[in-house]
Amino acid sequence: MIVENSGTVLSVRDLTAEVEGTPILKGVNLEIKAGEIHAIMGPNGSGKSTFSKVLAGHPAYKVTGGEVIFQGNNLLEMEPEERAQSGVFMAFQYPLEIPGVTNLDFLRVAYNSRRKVQGLEELDAFDFDEIVQEKLEVVKMNPTFLNRSVNEGFSGGEKKRNEILQMALLEPKLAILDETDSGLDIDALKIVANGVNQLATPDNAILLITHYQRLLNYIVPDFVHVMADGRVITSGGKELALELESRGYDWVLEENVSEVGAK
Amino acid sequence: MSATVKTLVNQPYKYGFVTDIEADTIPRGLSEDVIRLISAKKEEPEFMLEFRLKAFRQWQKMTEPAWSNVKYPPINYQDIIYYSAPKKKPKLNSLEEVDPTLLETFEKLGIPLSEQKRLSNVAVDAIFDSVSVATTFKEKLAEEGVIFCSISEALREYPELVQKYLGSVVPIADNYFAALNSAVFSDGSFVYVPKNTKCPMELSTYFRINSGDTGQFERTLIVAEEGSYVSYLEGCTAPMYDTNQLHAAVVELVALDNAEIKYSTVQNWYAGDENGKGGIYNFVTKRGLCQGVNSKISWTQVETGSAITWKYPSCVLVGDNSVGEFYSVALTNNMQQADTGTKMVHVGKNTRSTIVSKGISAGRSSNSYRGLVKVSPNAKGARNYSQCDSMLIGDNAHANTFPYIQVQNNTARVEHEASTSKIGEEQLFYFSQRGISAEDAVSMMISGFCKDVFNQLPMEFAVEADRLLSLKLEGSVG
Ligand SMILES: Nc1ncnc2c1ncn2[C@@H]1O[C@H](COP(=O)(O)OP(=O)(O)OP(=O)(O)O)[C@@H](O)[C@H]1O
Ligand SMILES: [Mg+2]
Repeated sequence: MIVENSGTVLSVRDLTAEVEGTPILKGVNLEIKAGEIHAIMGPNGSGKSTFSKVLAGHPAYKVTGGEVIFQGNNLLEMEPEERAQSGVFMAFQYPLEIPGVTNLDFLRVAYNSRRKVQGLEELDAFDFDEIVQEKLEVVKMNPTFLNRSVNEGFSGGEKKRNEILQMALLEPKLAILDETDSGLDIDALKIVANGVNQLATPDNAILLITHYQRLLNYIVPDFVHVMADGRVITSGGKELALELESRGYDWVLEENVSEVGAK
Repeated sequence: MSATVKTLVNQPYKYGFVTDIEADTIPRGLSEDVIRLISAKKEEPEFMLEFRLKAFRQWQKMTEPAWSNVKYPPINYQDIIYYSAPKKKPKLNSLEEVDPTLLETFEKLGIPLSEQKRLSNVAVDAIFDSVSVATTFKEKLAEEGVIFCSISEALREYPELVQKYLGSVVPIADNYFAALNSAVFSDGSFVYVPKNTKCPMELSTYFRINSGDTGQFERTLIVAEEGSYVSYLEGCTAPMYDTNQLHAAVVELVALDNAEIKYSTVQNWYAGDENGKGGIYNFVTKRGLCQGVNSKISWTQVETGSAITWKYPSCVLVGDNSVGEFYSVALTNNMQQADTGTKMVHVGKNTRSTIVSKGISAGRSSNSYRGLVKVSPNAKGARNYSQCDSMLIGDNAHANTFPYIQVQNNTARVEHEASTSKIGEEQLFYFSQRGISAEDAVSMMISGFCKDVFNQLPMEFAVEADRLLSLKLEGSVG
């Protein structure tokens, strides 16, 4: 039986995963408690997006070992949509375009699928409209985006904002934001960061993946982790991000590689 | 790509049952004697027998077309039964006298024919194998002077009208299958809308193939007199047999000055199993003649069934300022093959045509759009707009487009747009990450893709068509 530590939202132990036979995650460990904001940084190709997709259940990635407990449940046994319905949200590094499906319909169906699981009544288009108008405020998005096809022809920054709009609607327990800051102009960055801060509560947790300290000025993390070659090689407080910004990754890699290798 | 987008599996075909009914069936095979027999059974006027025999003689000299992008083993035309009718002769004027088994069959298909349960604003002609078994709302239509009955009845009651128009749009030797149909057609619908009359309700024919060895060769003729309007819809289903049945229909439409005909099809013949065994060969010739000035013919089709579909509803735009439209959704799954599209032939001045074709291919199916836009030398100011979009589901389906354009008048404007999109694993993952199941995801994407076509269907059927597509793809992903 799994003994639930009431405060723990996500617990990842020795997680390994591969894609098309190539190992990418080589033993990830991470513990996230309710109310916490974590940031993962790390060089290109180190496995950050892979990690988030594995958590979300992307079918192309095969978990080869380890465990992931989400709110006391074995996350790896759940289908991707079940994970989403139970509160795992991932803002995509590259949000997809869905021609022919309006943003509004997409949002409503997603919202209702979550409500259904919570045993709540599904909302009709009329009631949903009120809710969505409210949430548009969070990311200061123009309502005209609701009537366009999902992400189709959206600029890079608009797509990212649309991801946070979805987060605002779905009110996840765990939000994984994969480079939501890339592609945002300075004003948009502030708006999105401000939106995320509004959505952070003592009950949920946020995992930010970013390359830039700048975002962390606005969304202040409780913990910063460095991922390299499929592992979390070191962790620290928000100062670690500042240090990485000024010194780069080499020193962390040097200091930690032998240690990790010995493990 | 990994396993998410799997080979598509068809939702069990709901309409695959067989009705056990005693039938009047003639021996297999085709000869002049068989044609005389069919004509005699139908108590047809002499001109009709002549028409049939002439067609048969032409057909014997023709060869089956091989240019389309579909493949099937040779058809043995001597192994087909050309006439089969439920034994108890239906009395067309009184539904109470229709065999209850037949009423039940149509009710099971969602087409209630009895007084109490009828669709409120749709008149239905129900065709079972080779004959029409009932037509609803005939009296109400007659009040407006609208004739809606089986073509057999029309041949007896209104022979001059039929003789005047039959074969005028699709000549008997137009093509191999049209010639065959002209020789052996058994039943179909006839519609005549008099001058300046707007037909007060939707007209609809429901085709049901029941027998396993019978070919269905229906013939439909719609004539819209000056200033009239009619909207007509046909639906089709068949039982599941593991042999193939031939369905070779001919539909002719004639629109006179300022008349408009809207013709919609929701085709859901049995498609065969997932390995391609069984299913209907749907080889159909449909053509509309915009004979009058300002006339308009609009084809809307939702083709989801049949093992093979070979069909090009066309418009011949003779009247000045006449308009032809073709809106099509063709869905193929498993081993289905479709080669479908349209021909827009511009003859008159300032004629306009619009083609919107949406092909959806899933499984290992093959889906081709084939279209011709032809502008004749005298068609000054002709305009065509064509849009052909294909959507692929999974990695093993095929889509092709063959747009042919022949312009012989330099004032014409012809525009063609095409696109191919794909429902792939990444998109499905995006939906599932938002808590939406793969099935809902596919149905949302498909509805969006088909919207421009569904909007053209009569309201009662648009929802039905949307649902039908989702059903057809259910279980296809995930
Ligand atoms: N589908 C795939 N097929 C092959 N290799 C893959 C696939 N997905 C990821 N990889 C590889 O896995 C490694 C980790 O990729 P991932 O996207 O997780 O990196 P990342 O840390 O998010 O990088 P970035 O900072 O550039 O976003 C990379 O070397 C990448 O090429
Ligand atoms: Mg990444």
